[in-house]
Amino acid sequence: MTAVAEQTLRETAYQRFLELGFPTTHDEEWRFTNVAPIARLKWDRRSPSVVCQLPDGSSSYLTKYAPFQNHAFVALNTAFFQDVTYIHIPRGLVVVEPIQIAYDSPSAISHPRTLIVVAPDAHCTLVETYSGTGSYFTNAVTEIVAGSGSVIDHYKVQLESPSAFHVGVMFASLGRSANFSSTCISLGGALVRNEVTATLSEGTDATLNGLYLVNGAQHVDNHTSIDHAQPHGTSHELYKGILDDQASAVFNGRIIVRKDAQKTDSKQTNKNLVLSDEAVINTKPELQIFADDVRCTHGATIGQLDAESLFYLQSRGIGKQDARSLLTYAFAQDIIDRIKVQSLKDSLERILFEKFHEHDR
Amino acid sequence: MALLEITDLHATVGDREILKGISLTVNSGEVHAIMGPNGSGKSTLAQVLAGRDLYVVTGGKVIYDGKDLLAMLPEDRAREGIFLAFQYPVEIPGVSNMYFLKAALNATRKHHGLAELDAMDFIALVKDRMKLLEMDQELLNRAVNTGFSGGEKKRNEIFQMAVLEPKLAILDETDSGLDIDALRAVAAGVNALRSPQRAMIVVTHYQRLLNYIVPDYVHVLAEGRIVKSGGKELALELEESGYAGLGIADEEEAVAKL
Repeated sequence: MTAVAEQTLRETAYQRFLELGFPTTHDEEWRFTNVAPIARLKWDRRSPSVVCQLPDGSSSYLTKYAPFQNHAFVALNTAFFQDVTYIHIPRGLVVVEPIQIAYDSPSAISHPRTLIVVAPDAHCTLVETYSGTGSYFTNAVTEIVAGSGSVIDHYKVQLESPSAFHVGVMFASLGRSANFSSTCISLGGALVRNEVTATLSEGTDATLNGLYLVNGAQHVDNHTSIDHAQPHGTSHELYKGILDDQASAVFNGRIIVRKDAQKTDSKQTNKNLVLSDEAVINTKPELQIFADDVRCTHGATIGQLDAESLFYLQSRGIGKQDARSLLTYAFAQDIIDRIKVQSLKDSLERILFEKFHEHDR
Repeated sequence: MALLEITDLHATVGDREILKGISLTVNSGEVHAIMGPNGSGKSTLAQVLAGRDLYVVTGGKVIYDGKDLLAMLPEDRAREGIFLAFQYPVEIPGVSNMYFLKAALNATRKHHGLAELDAMDFIALVKDRMKLLEMDQELLNRAVNTGFSGGEKKRNEIFQMAVLEPKLAILDETDSGLDIDALRAVAAGVNALRSPQRAMIVVTHYQRLLNYIVPDYVHVLAEGRIVKSGGKELALELEESGYAGLGIADEEEAVAKL
């Protein structure tokens, strides 16, 4: 991309952001998530200038998969991102070790931009981590392009500081017979929005899992969208949430099955464990099915700790608080079990264990 | 001093009174059977002794090992040696049987000022006790009762009892839903745990279990009261003449006659 082209792109994106403005709760997509605290942040509102040297080879993909026309945060990121983390896995290459992409918030407002291109038949594992200290706003956009027959195991770990705002939007364009799995673990932040949009091709297998843990006054919103554009695609989605105190969470799972996407097999599950009387969860499946020979199931549950299970543990000598921690931990266990990166699994087990025990004291 | 002394115990669930004045004394080393038709209050008595808060004690007292049992939390009752083998053992997905049992045993050890068992010692203990129940070792690594057959769940209860070594074991309809082989295995496990230092209360609807676990005393419960007590011959008497022989209505017997 030439400097001129980049300048045009950024100005167009910024112009679009100004037209759209920050969303409000009148927008259906943002009904339960109020971003007014983000809109009130002070920042340099001058129009963008060319700020980075785009990595070689990235320009044929960059911004092609993350449309900003209808998304203020994507438009803002496109206008202002400073660097691109660009990962390209060549055709047929199998990368055994997980690739770690870590963003530690450098400033009050940052726009991390990630581009992952996995060529046909290549395999890789990616761990995207977001963290920081103090008050700040992270506005991340990730584009993933999966070539035909590629195998991708992706994790997003959101460990932002307790007073941070985080909007992270991911677009995944998945090729024919690609096998794509993405797990979104959301633990930190004061106000968080995680978006995953996956577009499937013929025979694509997509798994979207998620775990969100909120307490205090935290708010975490998970919006997912799975677009079955072609036949024989399979998608499995399991999102689990644990809510305590006055925390709130949103799960919105859209599944689109286009007219030509016959033989689609799609399953969506959202389960919530609510530990306090004041916590709030809004969960909504959104199925748009235009094909007639498909299997689509969805289900959502909201429950509390099972009194009988608690009593069973207590009747064996396990104290009530320990019993509560054990059952809460057990609720998250199947998401943790599915994590294939051992180091990540170990550190999450430790974080979760500490988080539940710390809360008991 | 008796291990357990129940005096005029009353308990309700919602606004319904289930236990209407139960008195019972159990000494260490004794096995008491509590029999009665469905709805007589047998399981309620078992759950009240273990501390289930679904039931509200409205009168009477229970002295266990010199302490006011009703004032104790369920976990403290367990740590002081009360064990309830559940009629319907609870499935707990996500918690392995091994982890659960180790946590339970160590909570009790800690309560008594003993060092917690490390993994090696714990496994040695567990393997020893598994033999007693002819249990498949694979069950240890599975989640607590999750996907277990009815027989496996009941064996798992007695296996936990063998590991935790209670002073007072309460077996709530441990025979229900068991085929004869499973019943024999469970009864053999229970009999191996009989000891002069341990008392047992065996709650059952049917006499069959008592062919395998022979009690010292039998009590018949009806409508929340003990209506008859006797030796093991009382169970045989019930077997012959049914609850109707004692003038107690029992749905199941009524159905059997049709």
